[in-house]
Amino acid sequence: MQTQTCRRSPQTTNATDAIAMKRDRRDTEKGRTRVDLFEYQARDLFAKHGVPVLAGEVIDTPEAARAVTERLGGKSVVKAQVKVGGRGKAGGVKLADSGDDAVEKAGQILGMDIKGHTVHKVMIAELAPEIAEEYYVSYLLDRTNRTFLCIASVEGGMDIEEVAANRPEAVAKIAVDANAGVTPEKAREIVEAAKFPADVADKIADVLQTLWKTFVAEDALLVEVNPLAKVASGDILALDGKVSLDANADFRQPEHEALEDKDAANPLEAAAKAKGLNYVKLDGEVGIIGNGAGLVMSTLDVVAYAGENHGGVKPANFLDIGGGASAEVMANGLEIILGDPDVKSVFVNVFGGITACDEVANGIVQALELLSSKGEEVTKPLVVRLDGNNAELGRKILSDANHPLVQRVDTMDGAADKAAELAAAK
Amino acid sequence: MAIFLNKDSKVIVQGMTGATGMKHTKLMLGDGTNIVGGVNPRKAGTSVDIDGTEIPVFGTVAEAMEKTGANVSVLFVPPAFAKAAVVEAIDAEIPLAVVITEGIAVHDSAAFYAYSLEKGGKTRIIGPNCPGLITPGQSNAGIIPGDITKPGRIGLVSKSGTLTYQMMYELRDIGFSSAVGIGGDPVIGTTHIDALAAFEADPDTDLIVMIGEIGGDAEERAADFIKANVTKPVVGYVAGFTAPEGKTMGHAGAIVSGSSGTAAAKKEALEAAGVKVGKTPTETAKLARAILAG
Repeated sequence: MQTQTCRRSPQTTNATDAIAMKRDRRDTEKGRTRVDLFEYQARDLFAKHGVPVLAGEVIDTPEAARAVTERLGGKSVVKAQVKVGGRGKAGGVKLADSGDDAVEKAGQILGMDIKGHTVHKVMIAELAPEIAEEYYVSYLLDRTNRTFLCIASVEGGMDIEEVAANRPEAVAKIAVDANAGVTPEKAREIVEAAKFPADVADKIADVLQTLWKTFVAEDALLVEVNPLAKVASGDILALDGKVSLDANADFRQPEHEALEDKDAANPLEAAAKAKGLNYVKLDGEVGIIGNGAGLVMSTLDVVAYAGENHGGVKPANFLDIGGGASAEVMANGLEIILGDPDVKSVFVNVFGGITACDEVANGIVQALELLSSKGEEVTKPLVVRLDGNNAELGRKILSDANHPLVQRVDTMDGAADKAAELAAAK
Repeated sequence: MAIFLNKDSKVIVQGMTGATGMKHTKLMLGDGTNIVGGVNPRKAGTSVDIDGTEIPVFGTVAEAMEKTGANVSVLFVPPAFAKAAVVEAIDAEIPLAVVITEGIAVHDSAAFYAYSLEKGGKTRIIGPNCPGLITPGQSNAGIIPGDITKPGRIGLVSKSGTLTYQMMYELRDIGFSSAVGIGGDPVIGTTHIDALAAFEADPDTDLIVMIGEIGGDAEERAADFIKANVTKPVVGYVAGFTAPEGKTMGHAGAIVSGSSGTAAAKKEALEAAGVKVGKTPTETAKLARAILAG
């Protein structure tokens, strides 16, 4: 499997990579790069930009289902809002034939667990007309070719990854230039490449253009409609969809902040985010603080290797305090990590490029003082490795402070080993 | 020789008059970079004194090039204005634009990359979200600390800034021809392959160190390229073996998607191409030392 990766032709690499991108459903913030939306939010954005959708409203109490269903003519579909596939099979989508029935079905679905996701909201949607055919369309970034990509198939409704794997010829992939966009001609090209039937060609071309408008206007990283249905009347409707937004564009998308799902975050991740820290909770025992995404990722690996010799301990988190980290940022980071009950030891790994190591050392000393002044007893050992800009000064600050819980180890591999050993001993 | 940047490079800074721009212009000057101007339309015609060096400020990249012969621009422009600044650099046909800015929206970077191709690819873009590049002893275009190491015969290309510094530090006694931080964003202008090709052609580079990380398939494609085109020894390192699937680890591009883009897949692809891959940065440096020692 993995050796295939390097032998794949560029063409198949695109397809596989692009489709695989859709699996990214749990990205964190800063990071803050990617915000995945619920179906009802995607529906609202589609409607805003003219993609044809059914009526639907989101609710979070069973009782609210009645009024919505009555507004929709007495019948509705109750759909669990979770950011994971397979909710239909899990019982998260039910038909309701009256207001009372909708209340009952909503009551069954709210609070349900679907693949580890608790249902907090349901969408009460208009009943879909009889479906004649189901298609698939999406726009996303093709990293390999550094361009946007449209994926389209007349075999929608099911898992597009499976279709792509089993019948690659049924999935069309068309590059879309970021500046030229989806013109009527481009839409026609996609329709032809995916072999949409002639009777829906014009309507599909319209949807391709309004969906592109959604993709661009909302600074999306992914817009996906599956199924895009042809109903008995011949109309085309987006019956389900996924949208991921680019948080780097928040400066020009003031409405996007309200779309973020603040309830879902791990409490430590939420606390870190509130302090502007780039933190991801993991499931190990060694707390990690470093500067620079690459160095921190590398630190996780080095700690995991070291852990192999110390009872299999693993990194407890990813925390990048970034370039030019100040004492305050270090203090905030340490507070989050020491507050994680899973953490048994902490490894601070800093290479001072822009960051000055004396600042980092001061941050550590101040953070420990701050925590004890708050009455929080710090009992977890810290291993600190400082190299680069002002490393000697930073090391001296730590030596002078002579804190009983802080140890200096001056190589990355050696420090990782010490941190793993201390975590295993706890 | 070195790649992309040398002592003859004439460098301008877009966004020089901001706090970050000023700080790093000063550092670059200290490393011997020939900085010939800054660009800021609102301060055109003025000049900035940095440690006794008078740097003129021009209204546009085109004007700066015309007046100074500049052939490299380093951009410290904030994300909201970065696309316009890169497009301006492309329109001026400056040969090299180094985009340091972090946090540029993907629709913006995809747009300026597409625009550079449309304009015939006359401007090489490095970054965005990168530390830039340094040719030790000659010139520094970006934020890589100039005092980590000295001129030497190792070429380095990396997605990550701090891992670039770490590797330069590990091999500081040997020294580097050039070190290029290409950035960790999903859309970048210069790839591992571009840098590998340049190092292969550079007579002053004897060995190449390549640092990758999870996400995308750039390392796998680089492996194919190495197999077919690179005769010099290449040593590799890949970060992110323990990163969980679906989590963004700081770099917008560093995300594992399904089975592709994992660190294990990248390591395997590189090793299949004859690249020695270290488990840690330190071990990777040891592999490089062993090869250079013959």
